[in-house]
Amino acid sequence: MNNKFVLGVLVSNQYGVLMRVTSLFARRGFNIDSLTVGETEDRAYSRITITATGDDATKEQIIKQLRKLHDVIKIDLMPPETTVIRELMLIKLRATGQTRGEILDAVNVFRCKVVDFTPDELCIEMTGQSSKIDAFIDFVAPYGIIEMCRTGVVALERGSGSLINRGNE
Amino acid sequence: MKEKTKKLSGAEIIVRTLIEENVDTVFGYPGGQILHIYDELQKKRRHIRHILTAHEQGAAHAADGFARTTGKVGVVIATSGPGASNLVTGIATAYLDSVPMVAITGNVPTDQIGRDSFQELDIADITMPITKHNYIVKDIRELHRILKEAFAIAREGRCGPVLVDIPKDIQIAKTEFTPVSLPEKNQPEPSEDELSSAAAIIESAERPFIYCGGGVVSAGAGELVKELSEKIDAPCGASLMGLSAIEHDFPSMLGLTGMHGHPFATRSMKSADVIIAIGARFTDRATGAHGEIVKDAQIVQIDIDPAEVDKNVKDAAYVIGEIRPVLTALLERIRPQKHPEWKKTVASLPYRKKAENDDKLTPYKIIDAVADYSRGLSIITDVGQHQMWTAQRYPISGERSFLTSGGLGTMGFGMGAAIGASIAKGGKRCVLFTGDGSFGMNLTELATAVSYKIPLVIIIMNNKSLGMVREWQNAMFGRESQSALERKTDFTLLAKAFGADGAKVKTVSELDAALKRAFDPKNTLPFVIDCDIMPNETTVTD
Repeated sequence: MNNKFVLGVLVSNQYGVLMRVTSLFARRGFNIDSLTVGETEDRAYSRITITATGDDATKEQIIKQLRKLHDVIKIDLMPPETTVIRELMLIKLRATGQTRGEILDAVNVFRCKVVDFTPDELCIEMTGQSSKIDAFIDFVAPYGIIEMCRTGVVALERGSGSLINRGNE
Repeated sequence: MKEKTKKLSGAEIIVRTLIEENVDTVFGYPGGQILHIYDELQKKRRHIRHILTAHEQGAAHAADGFARTTGKVGVVIATSGPGASNLVTGIATAYLDSVPMVAITGNVPTDQIGRDSFQELDIADITMPITKHNYIVKDIRELHRILKEAFAIAREGRCGPVLVDIPKDIQIAKTEFTPVSLPEKNQPEPSEDELSSAAAIIESAERPFIYCGGGVVSAGAGELVKELSEKIDAPCGASLMGLSAIEHDFPSMLGLTGMHGHPFATRSMKSADVIIAIGARFTDRATGAHGEIVKDAQIVQIDIDPAEVDKNVKDAAYVIGEIRPVLTALLERIRPQKHPEWKKTVASLPYRKKAENDDKLTPYKIIDAVADYSRGLSIITDVGQHQMWTAQRYPISGERSFLTSGGLGTMGFGMGAAIGASIAKGGKRCVLFTGDGSFGMNLTELATAVSYKIPLVIIIMNNKSLGMVREWQNAMFGRESQSALERKTDFTLLAKAFGADGAKVKTVSELDAALKRAFDPKNTLPFVIDCDIMPNETTVTD
């Protein structure tokens, strides 16, 4: 059974660390759905958020193989029910006098934001769960997508815990 | 206290750290971006012996052979660019067989990096997937700590290679030297839960089988495995890497299992109900691409690397940790078992055949004849048919006495590895079994063996072909392609050209005469014996 899952990976902020992680996925034949990386509250560490798809055995292998990398400090499998998961998208849509109103209605319903506006185009910024972003794309696709980009997922555990302070499992 | 404020150059720090890490031998090849380290090595030559090989690949395999023989970290040094890239196969070989190694490469000065400078290569990038970890030193203040870490990483947990790339300006720069000592990383104690569920399954077994991998050799746990085998009345088999874990004449040792293993060993593994796998990773060659050989058994896996659990096969139980403490703890828990029926079944399986008693040279007869001279010596192989024949037939004794490229299957591994093994044993004689294909790959290392007076006995099983390739081609396509070696190389003359000696042999009696010369205690030079064998010999045993 293949499932999507989200991993929070705390890594040393070192040369090549992102490549070590991605190269491990490539060489072991694991697929990455999305990957984001950025600094954390402690500059010594970066945090990589990976979404991947696979069965339980693959998931276990990914976690264990990542744990073997010298620069990987901690890994957390982030269950959707206890995790805040967000993604950001910018999408540029064709908008004519006729369709603009309909698109703006959708922008309201989906609670996104118009960030650029020309006579024949609307650029929209949207944050949310990936599924919500998917739903929005499905809805607006018939109007004509000029271009779009998505950041991939970032995720934090709900509550007061943190990956840096948590003991090793 | 004076020490703390003393300024040292990068090169001085490197050699000093090597000495601190108890390195007495390094293998390498100098070049433009590593001159400063070589100059420092020359100054410290009474502390560290440098072995100059003919090619960087040979140096990497020699460091590997040195490490496999001693259990210490092997060290190889090369310059930037081609020097570094020539190490790649050697590093990958060490990685796939979990051999502790530190590779030090020079690189162009930091301000020249990224400009496609002469002999510039991003070797850290290239070796990322074949090292446990690697470094580019960009700040001399980090050099000492990085080198200490490199040694620690190479030998801790599951061993493996680490590469440290050091740009030339870092070798030249000076800094105030402060010694660093890294905190000792202790392997966690084996978990009580894991131990008790493993013990329960082992005690419930009716037909237990112990399967040794290379981990048993690295851990030096052969004696404990034998104790376990006696206590639970179980036969033992080994992967190619685990073959020297237990000596061949231990009563329960069946030898090599798997694709090229003894059919009786593989068959008993197949009919076991519980397989206790120790430091083994269930590769396709050892247990079938999807574990076919072990699919009917419950598997109890003991390994230092948690990622090996459920990687290639599904375990019924596992214990993670250093093999020795795990086995000691298991031996305390498990009550003695008896399996007379099972042992009788195993014993009744068709055992190894005796070789015919005529003068015709066959692989097994060659191995038997060499074995008469080489008791207690390190045996090294290259890769191919001769490797499987040696693994099947040679009476392997003691741990760390059988060196072979198991994981990567590197043809050309043998010459360097044999040199490293011999150096590790103070220049003692070692035996290399090779083929005409494998030997052709790195035979220039004969020059190294001659200049350091290394009395290798090199047995070429010459079937005038790439025998293993040919064997597979015939099995898969019913015809051969580019596997015949229609070469006219005279290996005896070649040996002499290098300053060594050799003989070509076509019969058992000629072989015996050549072996007498080769193993003459007065002989301090390599001796190449070119053995004519039939091209149609196969590695499939019956």
